[in-house]
Amino acid sequence: MKRGLLLACLLPAFAFAGNAERGRELALARIDGGCLLCHAIPGAERPAGNIGPSLAGIGSRRDERQLREQIRDASRFNPETVMPPYGRTDGLYSVAPRYRGKPLLSEQQIEDLAAFLATLR
Amino acid sequence: MIRAALLLFVSSALAQPHSGSEFTSAEIRRLQASDIENPGMLWIDRGAQLWRERCTGCHGDVSSMRGVAARYPKVANGKVVGLEEKIREKVSLDYESDELLGLTAYVAMQSRGMPVANEATEEQASAGRSAYYRRRGQMNLSCAHCHEANWGKHLGGETLSQGQGNGYPAYRLEWQKMGSLQRRLRACLFGVHAELPPFGSQTLLELELFLAKRASGLTVETPAVRR
Repeated sequence: MKRGLLLACLLPAFAFAGNAERGRELALARIDGGCLLCHAIPGAERPAGNIGPSLAGIGSRRDERQLREQIRDASRFNPETVMPPYGRTDGLYSVAPRYRGKPLLSEQQIEDLAAFLATLR
Repeated sequence: MIRAALLLFVSSALAQPHSGSEFTSAEIRRLQASDIENPGMLWIDRGAQLWRERCTGCHGDVSSMRGVAARYPKVANGKVVGLEEKIREKVSLDYESDELLGLTAYVAMQSRGMPVANEATEEQASAGRSAYYRRRGQMNLSCAHCHEANWGKHLGGETLSQGQGNGYPAYRLEWQKMGSLQRRLRACLFGVHAELPPFGSQTLLELELFLAKRASGLTVETPAVRR
């Protein structure tokens, strides 16, 4: 009983803890985040873009929190950034009706991606 | 050749315009260059037939249209009018129908090889300019983020072009048919998860007008072949 309660309290924390393996699948997927469209990523099996920097070694240049924030809203660090704000829905203009109020990625997906990127050292 | 390749990689502001042709494969350029193999010619034939049926009465031989497309879109009574809109004033045809695309492309082809020479003032093009540089959609990107700041770089396996419209209406391999510049603009807007302005809307036409000003230095390539 007591253990059940403890588990229930911990669940939200677990739910958001990033899963690096799921993040890896997401990063290398053809659609989802579309990371490969702009970034080279170690382990990719399809042609990668070069609009953004290669993500090789990104885990030694940024910690997991910074990675999460960069994915969520890169404009916080660089107002001119070309990187879409994957976790922001406010301050956008002329969003197609079906995407309004919805972020490009869920919080869980962003956590998973950050966890994966942190492993790239 | 080496200089052209270098230019592709020195991408920042638009010091020099580069046609979409330069970003396609040699095979696609070869298709475009041959009036026998260019798939857009099927639409041109349809347009030529329509011209004979519907237009010769007033306009005579199509050669009277030489240079017209190089100057479109135009501004009349404060509104932007594209070549398609001008044709639709006289001939009732649906947007993106084979008939309208054919007739538009047939008229535009009369300017093939001529320099794009839009006569609108900077002020008239300012609405389109603002739209071009405005971030929009769920991806929060402006046209300029890809086609001005990053052309020549790779988006996945593709090379980003400058997004020049001098070949439209164009046969696009992705569409397996001819399509208008408005359709191409809508495809980009769809890609950044933005609202899609209707065909013939001022939003699209203002953008077309700005693109025509921006294409100064290029020549009309209709019917171009694109990826």
